[in-house]
Amino acid sequence: MSAHNHRQNIWQRLHIDLPLLIGLLALMGFGLFVIYSAGGEDLALMDRQLVRMGLSLVIMFAVAQINPEVLRRWAFPIYITGIILLLGVHFFGEINKGAQRWLNLGFMEFQPSELMKLAFPITMAWYISKFPLPPKKRYLAGAIVILLVPTLLIAKQPDLGTSILVAASGIFVLFLSGMSWRIVGGFIGSVLAMLPALWFFFMHDYQRTRVLTLLNPEKDPLGAGYHIIQSKIAIGSGGLWGKGWLEGTQSQLEFLPERHTDFIFAVIGEEFGLIGSLLLLTLYLYVIGRGLVIASRAQTSFARLLAGSITLTFFVYIFVNIGMVSGILPVVGVPLPLISYGGTSMLTLMTGFGILMSIHTHRRFIDR
Amino acid sequence: MSPRKRITMNDHAAEASLFKRRALFTFLCVFILLSLLFVNLYQLQILSYNDYETRSNDNRIRVVPVAPSRGLIYDRNGQLLAENQPFFSLEMVPEKVDNISETLDQLGQIISLTDDEKESVIEALKYHRRFKPLTIKNKLTEEQVAEFSVNQHRFPGISIEAGLKRHYPYNGLMTHALGYVGRINGRDRTSLEKNNQWSNYAATKDIGKLGIEKFYESMLLGKPGHLEEEVNNRGRTIRTLKSEPPVPGQDIYLTLDLNLQKKAMELLNGRRGSVVAIDPRDGGILALLSSPTYDPNPFVHGISSKAYNKLLNSTSRPLINRATQGQYAPASTVKPHLALLGLESKAITPKTRIWDPGFWQIPGVERKYRDWKRWGHGWVDVNSAIVGSCDTYFYDLAYKTGVDAIAKFMEPFGFGERTGVDIYEESAGIMPSKDWKRLRYNQPWYIGDTISVGIGQGYWTTTPLQLANAATIMANKGRRFVPHLLKSIQDQTAKIDSPTDELAPIVLNTPENWDIISEAMRDTAHKSRFKDAKYTAAMKTGTAQVFSLAEDAKYDADTIDERLRDNALVIAYAPYENPTIVLAVVLENAGWGGKNAGPVARALLDEYLLRDSWDKKE
Repeated sequence: MSAHNHRQNIWQRLHIDLPLLIGLLALMGFGLFVIYSAGGEDLALMDRQLVRMGLSLVIMFAVAQINPEVLRRWAFPIYITGIILLLGVHFFGEINKGAQRWLNLGFMEFQPSELMKLAFPITMAWYISKFPLPPKKRYLAGAIVILLVPTLLIAKQPDLGTSILVAASGIFVLFLSGMSWRIVGGFIGSVLAMLPALWFFFMHDYQRTRVLTLLNPEKDPLGAGYHIIQSKIAIGSGGLWGKGWLEGTQSQLEFLPERHTDFIFAVIGEEFGLIGSLLLLTLYLYVIGRGLVIASRAQTSFARLLAGSITLTFFVYIFVNIGMVSGILPVVGVPLPLISYGGTSMLTLMTGFGILMSIHTHRRFIDR
Repeated sequence: MSPRKRITMNDHAAEASLFKRRALFTFLCVFILLSLLFVNLYQLQILSYNDYETRSNDNRIRVVPVAPSRGLIYDRNGQLLAENQPFFSLEMVPEKVDNISETLDQLGQIISLTDDEKESVIEALKYHRRFKPLTIKNKLTEEQVAEFSVNQHRFPGISIEAGLKRHYPYNGLMTHALGYVGRINGRDRTSLEKNNQWSNYAATKDIGKLGIEKFYESMLLGKPGHLEEEVNNRGRTIRTLKSEPPVPGQDIYLTLDLNLQKKAMELLNGRRGSVVAIDPRDGGILALLSSPTYDPNPFVHGISSKAYNKLLNSTSRPLINRATQGQYAPASTVKPHLALLGLESKAITPKTRIWDPGFWQIPGVERKYRDWKRWGHGWVDVNSAIVGSCDTYFYDLAYKTGVDAIAKFMEPFGFGERTGVDIYEESAGIMPSKDWKRLRYNQPWYIGDTISVGIGQGYWTTTPLQLANAATIMANKGRRFVPHLLKSIQDQTAKIDSPTDELAPIVLNTPENWDIISEAMRDTAHKSRFKDAKYTAAMKTGTAQVFSLAEDAKYDADTIDERLRDNALVIAYAPYENPTIVLAVVLENAGWGGKNAGPVARALLDEYLLRDSWDKKE
């Protein structure tokens, strides 16, 4: 901790990390351009997305003011609340598009799984950081229980995408806590071993179809394979420089489904080409890098683990989304973070980045 | 600092550095995984770019072929014989219509749909792809088109398709020469595909089926154009990207003379028979009539099987092109040619005279071959033998020359082989010889066969076109053309005359023999039918024992007598000095040639040579 950190600048007093904010704003700005094109130049759509972005930024700013210690203290109660809400969905939730994800609160529809995306890494970081690191094996049992309950509840809804994200955020905490490689290896091995069980007992038919479709999309080009084929055509036909903004025929002529939500990356690939994709990947890498820097500089284990987990979950979003849109992962409902049209994921993500900023700007400066 | 505290501090430092190592490792993993995404994108966007670009274009670009308009057909004077008429049909895309039977009921109030029509639409729907247009009603009148257009907004998914359909304004008058177009069928398609022509029919639904329409199909068709349209995922056209207009088919002018053809039709008046007229100066066919004829227009729209069967089963066989496929014994109309052979082969001389007692006998044989004039012609030479059509003279002549010499001599006159006229429906007729009979019937040739051939009967058959062609060569004194119907082709700027196909002429050892024969034909004409003509003509009539046109035809008891009557034939040309028209007329079962076919020839030559408006040079 060097001396110049003593002099707090305006951003630190506002609990804002400027490098991270710049990265986030760049991504959101890029997203606006793409949504304008993908949404068919619909200004009402743009209005709604702008409102969401503004709201997300406000929430991020608000969360950044909260001391991480507060989060740590409230971690377990939040987790329990999340579990109760998930159970509520299981018994009383609304069925929508074949999945039971929503809880009708009367004034709004709410997805408890979304809350879990943040509550869960906080809980995990709280649990692990209670013990000296690296954690001993005997603490692991507790961690696995904390991990499995929400993951299975969400997977049962079914919402495979979110359950992967939630599980991943917990696993990242364990990994970053310095768990021995042998346990990490064993864990990865057991997950791989569980895949057949997942296939036979937990996956719905439509999920199995998605996996099979990934392996051979041309088998049913107008049915199950349609999304992925049209998406690959969009990306591939973009070439090096792309067809130009508003010029993507796959998206403008509506061959590409869900083009302003989950499949928005295909629009980027089509209209901005490999160069545009590279720019986006670079921006993401920058934000991830900054997140990991913040994590590394954090002063408590809890803060480090939480910051690292949030950052890596952000990466999982990116990897799963781009992987599915470009045809190397099965189709799961994961949006492209900060770019896709839609509110829930953006709110969750920006809350997460608010936590990162809080962690970075609430450091105590210890004189040694 | 207490030891406890130091340990904690050390632990904190160790924890921090452990985290940093893990974080760095994770960052590397992230970098590698993002690179993996990038490599995959590189594969899609750079390495497979061409493939995906093609597929993207296939998605969005629809190439719509545009039909060329078919070339028009005119007669030699520019009278329109085959035209293209606007044609409207009501089409529906079933996918876009919510309640089809209700929509049909509403449509019925506007353009009057019968219950049958509605039912057939409902029926057709069962075997129809929902997004392909289906025809509800053909041949809308202009009133119906207007009525519908006003109400179009009430009928989403239903539209009027406009096109052009062939129309033959003179109905049956030209059918056997023009032929007609009809819907392309499976057989047409197979043969087009075999000849790599199929792509030219991308937007065209009809093809020439017969006659000129078939023979000059490629010329009349033109080349299709293309519209490249951008469509969205529902197939709706967003905009036109490119358009390449079609190249219309070439207009053609035929050698046919509409007025002459009309006159021939009027003269035959539905009787079974045929008229062929040729301009001897270039072989152009002036008239080509096969009677009775039929209206080709129903064939364009798809003739009903009932109507078609009626034509097919009619005992007067209207579908057969008598002019080019009807095979008739030429009878006495070939006596001039036989006489010419006699003179050339020196079997006779202009001075040769024989006594005709009314019959002829093969030397040493009892059997009598009768002359048509039972009491005989008395002394006849070559001129009076032709003028009087003396059978005995020609029995003797044939006997002297033999059948093989006749066959050999008649070959350059076009007997026994196709003339090569520019329609496909043509028969070769039969010019018999000893070899022919052995091949055909595996029988030896008898002398009696030769005697029959001597008066143009027996095995000898010709088509009216062959007869006219042989007469043309006679009128031309040996000059020969391939008879043809195409006169000229309209290019973008000028009418280009179709080249005439002139064959090597027949050269006689004694050219004066041409004159002896044509003088005899002139005398024939002017001692009978053309006695009072204002021009000089040449003629020879013939009366043939019946050659049944269709051997398998079932004759009604009532018509048997008529069908057994002789065929009446005549060949004629005029003006004698410098012929401009040659005729062959055949009337089936009409009886005596001079009495029945002769007046037709006279009337046609009068029409052609004496009508005021006629431009004789053209």
